[in-house]
Amino acid sequence: MHAYANPTRFLSLARPLTLWFLVIGLLLVVVGSAFGLFFAPADRLMGDSVRILYIHVPTVWLAMGGWTAIAIASIVQIAWRHPLAAVAARAVAVPGALFTALGLITGSIWARPTWGTWWVWDGRVTSVLVLFFLYLAYIALANASGEKGGVSRVTAIFGIVGAVNIPIINRSVVWWNSLHQKASITVSGSSIDAAFLWPLAINVIGFSLVFGAIVLMRMRGILAETKVEARLKRMAAE
Amino acid sequence: MKAKHQRLTLAILALVALVGAGLLATFALQDQANYFYTPSDIVEKKPVAGKAIRLGGMVEEGSIRHEADGVTVNFIVHDGTAQQPVIYTGITPDLFVEGSGVVADGKLTTDGTFMAESLLAKHDENYIPRELEGIDMTGNMTKTDTLVE
Repeated sequence: MHAYANPTRFLSLARPLTLWFLVIGLLLVVVGSAFGLFFAPADRLMGDSVRILYIHVPTVWLAMGGWTAIAIASIVQIAWRHPLAAVAARAVAVPGALFTALGLITGSIWARPTWGTWWVWDGRVTSVLVLFFLYLAYIALANASGEKGGVSRVTAIFGIVGAVNIPIINRSVVWWNSLHQKASITVSGSSIDAAFLWPLAINVIGFSLVFGAIVLMRMRGILAETKVEARLKRMAAE
Repeated sequence: MKAKHQRLTLAILALVALVGAGLLATFALQDQANYFYTPSDIVEKKPVAGKAIRLGGMVEEGSIRHEADGVTVNFIVHDGTAQQPVIYTGITPDLFVEGSGVVADGKLTTDGTFMAESLLAKHDENYIPRELEGIDMTGNMTKTDTLVE
């Protein structure tokens, strides 16, 4: 595990991976979205507005996946003191917040024609809004610590504490009467017709790869910054 | 025990305790955080007439009746056990159809009718193409557990 704690070794792997993730991810997003927008059928009740599904689901999926990644990286940081874990967690925070915002915005646009309102304070919508605020707080905390590269231990602890919200988002439609419908894709199968499911699956994989590429780019950026910092310090000392 | 194992045990214990506490707290919130009353809740809890509440349930098949004025609609909301007659004046959302979910803001009148001031449609978890409408695919659509949203 510590083999990749060496930034040079990590970078030699991250550089080609960034490119592959980005190219394949964008390709899948284009194919999935084209299928979803032009070839997938309209929904029986929602009509063409069902097509927002192909953006809404991948963004919210990554919003939750992003915080799960932050929580895992925070545990690795605290338990193993792995230097790259903190860099990874910090790199996930901003795209995570962005995808949460996109999920909320696409959801709101979708809600207007289908539910008849832009916004409701039901369990699902509110818990995802809380996730967005958690991301903002995490970013503020990571920047406030003044540490270059990784994040402070307080920030890592906050990353673990915030993970409480993830199962709450998942269960919010089961525990409470909500306006948001229950889960469509479960362990026992999918209640989304196959005609909608294929472009959705392609987009989920595509968006995830793009998200991965963004995180790798940000990790490389943070590592480069610390290098500059260290070099400047050395030059000042000489 | 090595120091890193100690830290790992601590971190995981903290995570489990936190998630447990969070889940218990939100689970206890159940009643307060409900977005709406079902017709059974209304039978059970008997909200005071005139108090603003939110009602949610399914629109009973064959129950939608349009009044002569063109904007007032009468229908029955049910949840499988209880029924609640509703009157609403205004424009209904596109998804407001018989057999589908609905959430209404309003209040109960003294005769037990629910006067709705706003109407929201609830979509269910099934996504079916227009061409396949009416074809029975129920075998594919009974869900109990959640994995992914």
